[in-house]
This record gives sequence, structure tokens and C-alpha cells, in this order.
Amino acid sequence: MNTQTTPSTKPGTELKAQAKALNFYYGDFQALKNIDFPVEKNEVTALIGPSGCGKSTFLRCFNRMHDLYPNMRYEGEILLYPDGVNIVDRHVDPIEVRMRISMVFQKPNPFPKSIYENVAYGLRVRGVRNRSLIDEKVEEALRAAALWGEVRDRLDDLAFNLSGGQQQRLCIARALATDPEILLFDEPTSALDPIATAKIEELVSELKEKVTILIVTHNMQQAARVSAYTAFMYIGELIEFDDTKRIFTNPSSKLTEEYITGRFG
Amino acid sequence: MSSIFPLKHAGRALPAMPARPWQASPAQRIRRRLAERAIETMLLLAALVAVFTTAAIVAMLVWESVVFFRSVPLLDFLTDTQWTPLFDDAHFGILALLSGTLTTTIVALMVAVPLGTILAIYLSEFAPFRVREVAKPFLELLGGIPTIVYGYFALFFVTPLLQRIYPELPGFNMLSAGLVMGIMIIPYVSSLSEDAMRAVPMSMREASYAMGATRLQTALFVVTPAALSGLASSYILGISRAVGETMVVAIAAGMQPNFTFNPAEPAATITAYIVQVALGDLPHGSIGYQTIFAAGLTLLLITLLFNIIGHVLRKRFREAY
Repeated sequence: MNTQTTPSTKPGTELKAQAKALNFYYGDFQALKNIDFPVEKNEVTALIGPSGCGKSTFLRCFNRMHDLYPNMRYEGEILLYPDGVNIVDRHVDPIEVRMRISMVFQKPNPFPKSIYENVAYGLRVRGVRNRSLIDEKVEEALRAAALWGEVRDRLDDLAFNLSGGQQQRLCIARALATDPEILLFDEPTSALDPIATAKIEELVSELKEKVTILIVTHNMQQAARVSAYTAFMYIGELIEFDDTKRIFTNPSSKLTEEYITGRFG
Repeated sequence: MSSIFPLKHAGRALPAMPARPWQASPAQRIRRRLAERAIETMLLLAALVAVFTTAAIVAMLVWESVVFFRSVPLLDFLTDTQWTPLFDDAHFGILALLSGTLTTTIVALMVAVPLGTILAIYLSEFAPFRVREVAKPFLELLGGIPTIVYGYFALFFVTPLLQRIYPELPGFNMLSAGLVMGIMIIPYVSSLSEDAMRAVPMSMREASYAMGATRLQTALFVVTPAALSGLASSYILGISRAVGETMVVAIAAGMQPNFTFNPAEPAATITAYIVQVALGDLPHGSIGYQTIFAAGLTLLLITLLFNIIGHVLRKRFREAY
């Protein structure tokens, strides 16, 4: 099915991470099959594909989220540059990985804490005690998540009192507060209305200046709008990886074309 | 090559409805309605048994207490520090019994709250599946041991043990009764707390882990606060259990009313006093006999108070995930 040679980014670009022959198993079930995948630095890379194709599974390999559950196994490599360390290696501490690669989930999942404490959480678990540093980082992250103006006067309010879209931006601020190198988005707008979605998309486009972004989405227009590269996955395989424009105008795989034109999925 | 993706849901007809008259006969309808009513009535009666029992108990306690308070002023009852209803110089100060109940309860909570919470955190957040499967039945067993056994355990095992460290400790003391009572209510606290912690959605834990938090940080900073209302109600349940517990304190703490908050002294609790009088041969209708109703009412009010506190806490800290 895979008509491509090894997927690659445009020549002359810098890579932030790269999956090499990555396999992933839930027990005996192989969820990811031999995936080669480049992630360009300070760009947005989108992952699309029908439900169950493994795109979320693949995303969750990047911050070792699977380690929370029993009976799973990684094979192959995800190299994080510039160090070139294989982050799915058994000897690499998943906590170290998560400290450098943050994640925003499908449904907004703030903690039952104040807005301020939600954003400060990452710093607190890293043992940061300096109050003024935390203040500064919280403000910076909330500004970067385009939420500062709406919450600056009520930082001590419970995060649950925010609207769904605000909660999701709060989760983005929480993920940004610790200056991650890669930010993973797992269908971040699927629980939001169109206006909140538009705000998040705008944010994603802005954030790539600071951080490399990987985004899983069900919404193909969204992938087309926000990303520089798009990968199409199907039943655990990477079918096609290319420039987003190419994928949506002139895909090389028949499967990709069928998916994009809405023949299935 | 044709598409490997089959069309989703090719239109398939529903199975035909069985041929059946849509109109029930009048006799059928009446029968159906009567059967419905009979079942409804039975269910209502079953529910009313609980309501009536509660109402009857409260009515009896209040009724008999009114008789008691006709001969003993309420102020004496609440402020006197002696409880000697059977002496010639009779005093009816509930404080002497209340202090015993309070002291044993506090000692018990000092054991049950930390241990129960730690156990719940361990079982919910740390224990591998197999450990949990083995540990939970044992915990439930701890809750299934008859309280009288705990009482003798306190009197004949824990007290001598404590006396080795602290030789002046009297044979009957509130410390050993309270400690054992604490062990006894651990399962109540831990199982309710664990349920509350397990009810915290996995998405919240994932958010914490994704920030680079460790298991302990996740358990303490995210799961525990999220389960706060459940933890609070488990503590309240523990308090209610400790306040109402009878056998352990009756056996191990002594039966002498004693106005003291020192756990190293013997003292009677409200429950222990009620047992003592109820088992004795006081004439029905005498003032001594009447005291147990006033004491019982006090106990009921305390438990009611804690139930209300529990309810308020639950409402106040209710989490909307």
C-alpha cells in the first residue's frame, strides 16, 4: 500500500524528532506498523486518518503516555534532536520525556484547582519554589495561550468555572508554562464549538514560533489550515507523509485520496 | 482494484413485527393495571418500613427524654461534670460521658484517618492489580470481625503491650480502646476513600503525568484534591462509627463515668453507659432507667450533626468533571 520511499521534510530544514521503524503493541495487537516519520522543528505537523488508524496511539508514543498502562511494548526509535536520544528506549525515564514534551488532550481536563495553580502545576512538580518566577511564567503562558485578558482578574477562580474553549486554552497554557520542546495536540477541538475551535487553531499557528507541534485531528480542513506537513495513517500504517498542500491537492496514494475526498472515514 | 473499504451499513430492513393485535382487551388492561398497583404498593411499603422505624425510634427517644427532663433540668444535664444517676447524690452531667465518647473517637480517628487514607491512596494509585485483589478481601475481613473480639483484643493484647511502655497505664483506659477502634474503622475509611479516588477520571491523571508529574505527585496533588468530597464523607462515616461503637469501649475503656480528656484514664462513653444500664436490673420508669433515653438522644443528635456536616461537605466540594 505504501508507495512512498522514506518520508522526509523539505531539504534544508531542521528536524526536531524522527520516528524510525517504530512498532507499538497493545498486548499481542500491533497498533503501529513500522512507522518512519520526520517532525520538522518549529512547524506544525498534522496526523489524519479514520478512527482506530493509530494516529492517537502514535502521538502518545512521543510522551510515553502508554507507559501508564500495562501490557504494552515499543519497538524501534523516536529520536529527539538535537541530542538524538531515543525517547521510547526502555532505559529512558518517561518522566524526563514528559518534562520536555507536553500534551493537550481531546477533552479539556483542567485540575480541580484555581486557574493560577493549573498553569503553575508543571513548575510545581519540577520543584520550582520561587514565587515571582512562577508568577512570571504563569502570566507568560496565559498570554501565549491568548487567555490572559480573560482571566487576569480571576486567577484564583476554580478552573471549572471557565467555558469549554477557555478550559482548553488553559490546558494549552498549562502545557506551555514549562517551555516544552514539542507540544502534542490530540484532537484538541473535538469537544469545542466553531468559535472556540477557530481560536485554538489560530493559537496553534502562532505557537509554532516557539515550539514544535504535532496535532492529531479528525477535521481535515483543520489539518489543511494549521499544518505545514500532513501524515495520513490507516490501520496502524503511515500511508503517506507530505507537504500539506500536496496531500490535499495531489496525494500520491489512492487511499489518501479516497479519505480526503470523503469516500470513507 | 476496487476500494478495500466496503460501503458502511448497506440498507437492511428491520425484522418484521410479529403479528399481534394492538388492542388489549378490557379484562387484560384491568389485570395489568392491578398488577402494577400491587407492585407499586409493595415497594412503597418496603420503603416506608425504614422511614417508620426511624420515626418510631426518634419518637420513643424524645418521648422518654421528655419524662427525664421533667425531673432533671436541661442546664444541669449540659453543664454538670458528674454522671452518677444511681447514687444517692445523683448527678446527671452528660459531659462526663461525652468526654469519654469524644476522647475515644479522637484517638480512633488519629489512627483511622491517616492509615485509611494512605491505604486508599496505595490501593487506588500504586498497587498492582494482583496486590489489590488480595488486599481488598483482607480489609473487608477486618471490617467483618465482631466488635466484641476487638474489645478483648484491646483489653488483653493492646493494653498489656502499652503497659510495657507506660507501666502506670490502668487496665481499663481509653487509649487502647481508641487505638483498636481506629483499626476497626480503617476499612470503612479506606474503602470509601478508594472508591472516591477511583472515580476520579483517568483523563485527569493523564493530564498530570503529561506534565511530568510522578505517581506520588499525581496522587497527592491531583487525585486526592479531586476526591476530596469522597474523602470527607469517608471520615464522617468513620466518626459516626466511632461515636456509636459500643463493645470495644465497654470492654476496654471501663464503665466509670469520668470527666476527662486524658486517653490514659479509664472512662465510660455514652454507649458503654447505655449497655451497662440496659443490662442491669433498674426498675422500668425509674429516673436511672430514664437516663439511657436522654443519653441515647444525645448520641443520635451527635450522629445527626455529623451526617449534616458530611452532607454540606459533599455539596460544597462536589466535583463536576
